[in-house]
Amino acid sequence: MLEIKNVTKVFHPGDINEKIALRDLSLHLAPGEVVAVIGSNGAGKTTLLNAVAGVFQIDGGQMLIEGQEVGRKPEHVRAAYIGRVFQDPNLGTAATMTIEENLAMALQRGKPLRLRRGTARSKRELFRERLAPLGLGLENRLTSKVGLLSGGQRQALTVLMATIARPKLLLLDEHTAALDPKTAAVVLELTTRIIADGKLTTLMVTHNMEQALAVGTRTIMMHEGRIILDISGPERARLEIPDLLKMFEQASGKALNTDRLLLAQ
Amino acid sequence: MSLPIWTGALEQGLLWGAMILGVYLTFRILNFPDLTVDGSFTLGAAVAARLILGGSDPWLATMAAVLAGATAGLVTGLLHTQLKIDPLLSGILAMIALYSVNLRIMGTANLSLLRVDTIFTSISDFTGLSDSALALGGAVSLLVVVGLYFFLQTEVGLGVRATGDNPQMIRSLGVNTNTTKIIGLALSNALVAVSGSLVGQYQSFADVGMGIGMIVVGLASVIIGEVLVRTPTIIRALVAALVGSIIYRVVIAGVLQLGMPATDLKLLTAAIVTVALAFPVFRARFRKFPVSRERSGQSA
Repeated sequence: MLEIKNVTKVFHPGDINEKIALRDLSLHLAPGEVVAVIGSNGAGKTTLLNAVAGVFQIDGGQMLIEGQEVGRKPEHVRAAYIGRVFQDPNLGTAATMTIEENLAMALQRGKPLRLRRGTARSKRELFRERLAPLGLGLENRLTSKVGLLSGGQRQALTVLMATIARPKLLLLDEHTAALDPKTAAVVLELTTRIIADGKLTTLMVTHNMEQALAVGTRTIMMHEGRIILDISGPERARLEIPDLLKMFEQASGKALNTDRLLLAQ
Repeated sequence: MSLPIWTGALEQGLLWGAMILGVYLTFRILNFPDLTVDGSFTLGAAVAARLILGGSDPWLATMAAVLAGATAGLVTGLLHTQLKIDPLLSGILAMIALYSVNLRIMGTANLSLLRVDTIFTSISDFTGLSDSALALGGAVSLLVVVGLYFFLQTEVGLGVRATGDNPQMIRSLGVNTNTTKIIGLALSNALVAVSGSLVGQYQSFADVGMGIGMIVVGLASVIIGEVLVRTPTIIRALVAALVGSIIYRVVIAGVLQLGMPATDLKLLTAAIVTVALAFPVFRARFRKFPVSRERSGQSA
């Protein structure tokens, strides 16, 4: 499904601030696989997602989606098959536009824009149908501006927008980190339900160790631009948070920068 | 103060209306402070005047002005999206380049359209109305408002609006924001140019300096409209821009009546925009006084 081969990314090359964000990183995701990515600050987790999404050009290596090389394609071209949810709920939606307008744009993902009414009545039925299971009452507020919604509502809407056009790959970048614990739990539950329903191949960055072990079928840990741990199957099922911390220390030779990780529990 | 002055202000407000709506489109919808306007307004007048004096049909000449304006917007869009030049600077470059282009088109700094057929005389001939400016200005403004209202709800329109609101989000949905920016800029400058061509034919001359400060006039009108008409929906925002255009002309007519020299108008316009832009700062300052805090507490 997703194949990352020996990808390297260097920020500010040759500068005093030079930072190797991804070092010869390889990762393979099988179709329908849901992978949680964890690691301390600056480990390269977000850089990895941005490299896949095409926010910047990678400096070396290859990136394939369903066998097709996408590493050199611009962000908006890759977006045709990649759904994304950002940490900041404000980034995934357009505040001055209505819920149905936002969803209409999401439904058009990757298709050429036409001079046709964006929010046709036929689409409204679909929007209501997909909004109702969120349990937020948004299906009755199609013409409300998104700026009027709470952070949790906006993030739930973003998750729906990222998945409504059935992308080949879903990228979640700490998408519950900016929400209060209760809302975060609601949004996470909703996300896992949508992923399961759509059998979506997913790469999820998280700071929450519990999430990293509970969501999906595989956990990878990053450190200094490399993948230092890759656990799945029964081994992962037995794993507890302290085990994960210990494994990190062994693999990286350092204590995990855990302030945020522990707080996030 | 006599009635003709106020109908004059209304006429002007409507004729300049397309320009104001163009400025609204870039500044407010696309979030792109586009200074091309000063050049593309004159461009519209220059193209129309040149073609009319060359014997073209005034309607065709006006159409040509629209295309010329769209091209100017396209150039600004390409400077910004392809050469990665800052939005403000892209607009300034296009504006200054257009100054020479406009002189080339006109061949001189000023072209008179007295005693030639314009779209205004053609309407008068056709309908028998002596004053066609009100009807034509009203018709064009209505057409632009309705057209923009529908356009902004099409898929392309949603893309343009989202580009101004949240470019990262709309890119992540597969839209090329370079394209939507160029579409918005071309459309905006086409509107500005049609307004320029109307104004040129209305006042019977095209002048190379007629576009100077148009961007500030546009901003002043947009802001006046937003203050007077609350703008929770697209249609209200479009109507507000038009209302702002008319009120701006009424204010100008008023101060001229009161004896202000016409040469001070640009200073006044700049002052209006400054006050409007500074309004949030002043409001925050005044909140610090206990009296106003009490008042705001009561009203809440």
